[in-house]
Amino acid sequence: MTDLIANYVPSLSTYSADIDGLIILIAWLVGFWYVLCNIVFFYFIFRYRAKPGVPTSYVTGEEKELKRWITIPHLLVLVCDLFIIYGAVRVWVDVKQTLPETPYATVRVISQQWAWSFVHPGADGKLDTADDIKTVDDLHIVKDKPYIYELMARDVLHDFSVPVFRLKQDAIPGRTIKGWFQATATGVYDIQCAEICGIGHGVMAGRIHISTEEQHAAWIAENTPAAALADMPQADTPNPKALAAR
Amino acid sequence: MAESVPAADVHAHDDHGHHEQSFASKYLFSTDHKMIAMQYMFTGMAMALIGGFFAYAFRMQLAFPGMDVPFWGQVSAAEYNALVTNHGTIMIFWVAMPVLIAAFGNYLIPLMCGCDDMVFPRLNRLSYQIFLLSAVVLIASFFVEGGAFGGAWTAYPPLSAKAEYSLTPLGSTIWVIAVALEFVAFLLGGINFVTTAMNSRAEGMGMYDIPVVIWMIVIASILFMASVGPLIAGAVMLVFDQTLGTNFFDPDRGGDPILWQHLFWFFGHPEVYVVLLPALGITADIMATFSRKKIFAYKTVLYTTFATGVLSFMVWAHHQFIAGVDPRMAHVFTITTLLISIPIAELCFVYIATLYKGSITLSTPMLWALAFLGEFLIGGVTGIFLGASGADVYFHDTYFVLAHFHYTFFPIAIIGTFAGVTYWFPKMFGRMMNETLGKIHFWGTVIPFNCIFIPLFFLGMGGQHRRIYNYENFPELAGQGMQDIRIFATVSLLVMLAFQVVFFINFIMSLRSGKKAPNNPWRANTLEWQTPSPPPHGNFGSEMPKVYRGPYEYGTPGREEDFWPQNAPS
Repeated sequence: MTDLIANYVPSLSTYSADIDGLIILIAWLVGFWYVLCNIVFFYFIFRYRAKPGVPTSYVTGEEKELKRWITIPHLLVLVCDLFIIYGAVRVWVDVKQTLPETPYATVRVISQQWAWSFVHPGADGKLDTADDIKTVDDLHIVKDKPYIYELMARDVLHDFSVPVFRLKQDAIPGRTIKGWFQATATGVYDIQCAEICGIGHGVMAGRIHISTEEQHAAWIAENTPAAALADMPQADTPNPKALAAR
Repeated sequence: MAESVPAADVHAHDDHGHHEQSFASKYLFSTDHKMIAMQYMFTGMAMALIGGFFAYAFRMQLAFPGMDVPFWGQVSAAEYNALVTNHGTIMIFWVAMPVLIAAFGNYLIPLMCGCDDMVFPRLNRLSYQIFLLSAVVLIASFFVEGGAFGGAWTAYPPLSAKAEYSLTPLGSTIWVIAVALEFVAFLLGGINFVTTAMNSRAEGMGMYDIPVVIWMIVIASILFMASVGPLIAGAVMLVFDQTLGTNFFDPDRGGDPILWQHLFWFFGHPEVYVVLLPALGITADIMATFSRKKIFAYKTVLYTTFATGVLSFMVWAHHQFIAGVDPRMAHVFTITTLLISIPIAELCFVYIATLYKGSITLSTPMLWALAFLGEFLIGGVTGIFLGASGADVYFHDTYFVLAHFHYTFFPIAIIGTFAGVTYWFPKMFGRMMNETLGKIHFWGTVIPFNCIFIPLFFLGMGGQHRRIYNYENFPELAGQGMQDIRIFATVSLLVMLAFQVVFFINFIMSLRSGKKAPNNPWRANTLEWQTPSPPPHGNFGSEMPKVYRGPYEYGTPGREEDFWPQNAPS
């Protein structure tokens, strides 16, 4: 049971193992109560089945020595709840309330009926410059680097879901929601829209391409818009004209 | 309408039974609570067939994408969305609520409280008529231009608010209007249930002598009435956005789509308990009767239920952890959500403890009641995963959620209903149901039910998200392994649906030629069993019952019989 989720979906972000761990913690705790309840439940059904000549008993449930069989488990459930709350809060703070202080880059994720658009920073590492690389349905990132995403929606609610990262966040028109992720392996994985967004909801699929820094640099070089290349500053010699243009 | 059928309005019981009623006044415009209960029950069952048929159509599409589904045809993406949306809407608002609250509430409250009818019989009739109208309006949405609404039963705007997004200009408005009408019907019903149970009880019946099922229906009605107001306001705004061009939910013009989510779930979560409580109540009464035991700690059950009701108003935003609200809010709702597990766990413990040292007979109603507890337990424990914010990040909007709430709603709406119907059938129709057919139907429903939804938990763990008509566009979900699981679930659904035929055969056969039921076939204590089966108009004949004790005096020491009816003088 140690890989309850990772058996099905690889765990490929820095926080995915924490989320899986929380799920496993809950599985053990509720599993214990579930099995215990069922043992008692089926034992009682069998043990106290109607038998000719055996009368039933008069038990009100108000007797002290019987009531503690409810009260004590009930307090133990509360203790289990406290563990789960602690685990949930810890994971949540890390995943949703903290942003990396020195992100490697910021990517913009724009959802609309029924496609994903991504804006990647170009060689300068900054968004909203001429060398930004815009793609549809394909997000390109570097392994082992903290990323911040800025999530937007153009029309209706969508949800940016990357199962291998255990990441899920609704996109809301009119708001920009920031979050983060850091991939721990290379590869190509699914991006899903996980909030119903109309008749094309079932085709709103993207792909996330996680590569090494070198591969990513090559991808940037290949895909930088021609216009941006034209006034790209030469290495070592800053081009004052291009800087002024910004 | 009232003027045209004066006979039905005569509510003085000195002349009941002495005049011939016309068909219309007896069956269509009756103010008798038992007839209204039957109307609700049969309407609910008819809607269940429609909702079940929808499930069949979209499960077929999921298992065999693109196939020509028998009796439906090809399921397009738009149709798929309309089917899942209306399956959910129908099963909750037009099956669970009318059958569990309205049918059982109407039937049982006057009989178990020992009075002749609801305190507002005409309001009661109006409630059913509005309900029937709402059902017709909802079904009509499938036949308008653009088709039925397909924005999920939660109807989140902006998708639901603007026709250019939903592509169902008429369907979405009709959907909201149908739901709003249904709410009006249940507000009228709720007033009746609470007033009758509080004010019209038989002489001697104190607060702690009321059967658990009645308490549960009363508390459920209060929860419903207290929570539905905000959603009705939301529904009005939504209709205005759709039809008048207002922008309550449009962020570009000062609105906010999240507003709807709060209004919806402020109602939507208590709504779960609105349907859960009556099912829990039915189960409690059946378990007491067939284990010949007092409910374990009756007062604890009541107070726990009150606590659940109050807490249920404080958990709504656990549906919105990742909806884009301030993430700090998640902590509050994680805590309240996990706290609500305590009264629910307590109820489960108490129910199991009721079996302790009893004398248990596994009759069909008892099997259903026990199955309710066993299956609901799975729904309960899987809910913890979703209430814990950190775990919900992964599970939100996956099939894990879907399987979880079907493990709560199926026991509630289907298992709870069958428990109630098989238990009270002799009282309702004066004949016994066939036990063998009943048991075949029981196993034929419960086993396939688990075969449908256990696999869906695994699909959810595998990251399968909801409301997708065809998974081939998602490479991680398009593998044959996952497809095989989908096919298995669909085939299990077909088996389960096929077994429902057994129920209808049993129902009709028993109705026509079942063994005549005595007044009290289960040797139970509550008042409805102390009058003829079926009860006459006015319920108790000329002499209204007087209550001397609580409803669960089974196995009282020193008595020859192991039961002691509430109205039997000592």
